[in-house]
Amino acid sequence: MYQYDEQDHKLIRERVAQFRGQTERYLAGELSEEQFLPLRLQNGLYIQRLAPMLRIAVPYGLLNSTQVRRLAHITRKYDKGYAHFTTRQNVQLNWPNLEDVPDILAELAEVEMHAVQTSGNCIRNTTTDQFAGVARDELVDPRPYCELIRQWSTFHPEFAFLPRKFKIAVCGAKEDRAAIRAHDIGLQIVKNTQGETGFQVFVGGGLGRTPIIGVAIRDFLPEVHLLSYLEAIVRVYNQLGRRDNKFKARIKILVKALGAEAFARLVETEWEQIRDGADELPPEAIAWSKRFFPQPAYKSFSDSHGEAVLRDQAGSDKAFSRWLERNTFPHRVPGYQAVTLSTKPTGIPPGDVTDRQLEAIADLADEFSFGEVRVTHEQNVVLADVEQERLYELWQAARKHGFATPNIGTLTDMICCPGGDYCSLANAKSIPVAEAIQRRFDDLDYLYDLGDLHLNISGCMNACGHHHIGHIGILGVDKKGEEFYQIQLGGSANEKAALGTVLGPSFSRDEMPDTIGKILDVFVENRQPEELFIDTYNRIGLQPFKERVYAKAS
Amino acid sequence: MPKPVKTPVGAQPENPAHLILDGAVAENQWNLLPLDAETEITAANLAPGKVILPLSVWLVLRDELQNRKNEIGVWLDSDETADLIGDDASELPLIAAHFPLFTDGRAFTAGRLLRQRYGFTGELRAVGNFMRDQLTYLTRCGFNAFAFQSEQPLENLLDSLRDFTDSYQSAVDQPLPIYRRRALLG
Repeated sequence: MYQYDEQDHKLIRERVAQFRGQTERYLAGELSEEQFLPLRLQNGLYIQRLAPMLRIAVPYGLLNSTQVRRLAHITRKYDKGYAHFTTRQNVQLNWPNLEDVPDILAELAEVEMHAVQTSGNCIRNTTTDQFAGVARDELVDPRPYCELIRQWSTFHPEFAFLPRKFKIAVCGAKEDRAAIRAHDIGLQIVKNTQGETGFQVFVGGGLGRTPIIGVAIRDFLPEVHLLSYLEAIVRVYNQLGRRDNKFKARIKILVKALGAEAFARLVETEWEQIRDGADELPPEAIAWSKRFFPQPAYKSFSDSHGEAVLRDQAGSDKAFSRWLERNTFPHRVPGYQAVTLSTKPTGIPPGDVTDRQLEAIADLADEFSFGEVRVTHEQNVVLADVEQERLYELWQAARKHGFATPNIGTLTDMICCPGGDYCSLANAKSIPVAEAIQRRFDDLDYLYDLGDLHLNISGCMNACGHHHIGHIGILGVDKKGEEFYQIQLGGSANEKAALGTVLGPSFSRDEMPDTIGKILDVFVENRQPEELFIDTYNRIGLQPFKERVYAKAS
Repeated sequence: MPKPVKTPVGAQPENPAHLILDGAVAENQWNLLPLDAETEITAANLAPGKVILPLSVWLVLRDELQNRKNEIGVWLDSDETADLIGDDASELPLIAAHFPLFTDGRAFTAGRLLRQRYGFTGELRAVGNFMRDQLTYLTRCGFNAFAFQSEQPLENLLDSLRDFTDSYQSAVDQPLPIYRRRALLG
């Protein structure tokens, strides 16, 4: 992974010092609440319903075991002993004291971490595929480009006060596991007919109260121009994005208002002026960034040996077999597999881990996966490089620490925002709904029979739980002070991205498990052999689901 | 085309007696004229000395004011982009950019474009409600003068010009992004 040099260390130390000064001025009454707000947000600090919340940056989701151990230490020393993995591949602390935040940042800086631009109206953490570098369907490893984007966007002097937040995601594989079409800018790595690397550029995607799937404004951007093109897009947005209404300030509204073609023309015109300037990415710069993401010291295995071992183990242990099927992912190197540690056993808020669990993750990474860990946008944790021969051993260890729930990609592996239990924006609680559904559908055979099924829950229309792009999406709504839940069907986050359609009137929390049950019944009754929920939905449409769910009791 | 909002009436930039110029506290030599629909500014009634005109006024009067070229500056409101001055920027002694709110980041882009695209070499002045915590960003975007809205001890603010001593990306102050400096060295 990327390693700081003296310049990175200096910049982050200077940032800590700056924020320490700002916090002191705020506490001394020299900075007003209004003035302190964007400063603290750009340092990841929210003031939430119950306490401040600190969002720590994990660039493109990559952590080493030292950093994970430091996070464990920080949650113990400054918080209540747990942390939360977010859909932006970041980590949140829910109970720090405002006065301690400069010290937390100083501790993070020692292990090459920070909370820069994890919130506020600026360019946020760039996200990517959690299987970057190991996936078999990958064209090019996106991480070196993510790192260059991180450097370009960090403390960007022109773009620290944009009309609204700004999110970039990069995908280097055929299957989009980074939801790039749901981002302000989505970058799909492609090769042209000459075999040169470039990017298909999507713009104007995003969720929230006006969900929109991003549109491609350029089919092939040569890699040499990556940063100048990003600069052109954000510059057009900074000048023309609306600032009069925060709900209409995202770039998606600008792109929609202008039309994608007109917006693309403005970007191209701006880009023509800067494309050959300082932001060009010469091959040596890309090669330099690639050096930070070398292939680890893989052992050499024959193609079939590890798989034969696994077949034997899986044959004699059903539970292991289940875990193997759901929680591991094929690896491009023979003899290896990627493992997803599930943070979603029933009864635990999705993405929450304790300090002890963080330490266990660090130990497992050291023991089994070259000391590296990835955070997924589905709020789980990935060990990307595990020897097949050692998967059984890893599974047993993961079980001990509560990470082996074999539910990855199934109904109970849901994305869920913190909701009304923590978030001051939320209209409704989301964690109890997630838990009720997990409890109701805890029969693994049934879950496996349903197959891949993404259920996403948000506690308000800001859509942190990505409900629009869940196959089943749940949105908490407030009706005269009471919490209700609206269901959407048919959303999708991958390369066939789509927004869900609202099923109909909303339900009380108690009704939710039964209602989800009815939806699943319609799926099971109508599916063709092996068909996935989303495919059945796309074939039969909303109506059959609607009829069943809203049928009058006879 | 979405029309960005205009600065609210009343939130006009002021004329503080002192400012930060080129890293030191200095006396303000220029008189910024706010936008005022009631009193029409003409070449004939324009006060003597160094004045900073609203863009709309300057666009009308600039030819008539050729003989006072060295004492006529222009200020851009937050909804006015740098291309409205364009290459004429290279002839101007001073351009000011207005921050009605410190969270309105349009003037950062205006600064960079004036310096890097339109050849502006004069005094680039931030006016209005920007804050000290933005001084390094402003400097990096080409601003060298800071007229804080309310009088405050400016000496205390000078340190904020040095919050950061290095940067990742290229801007007005740094021709090369860090990856070029590193890659070429490494």
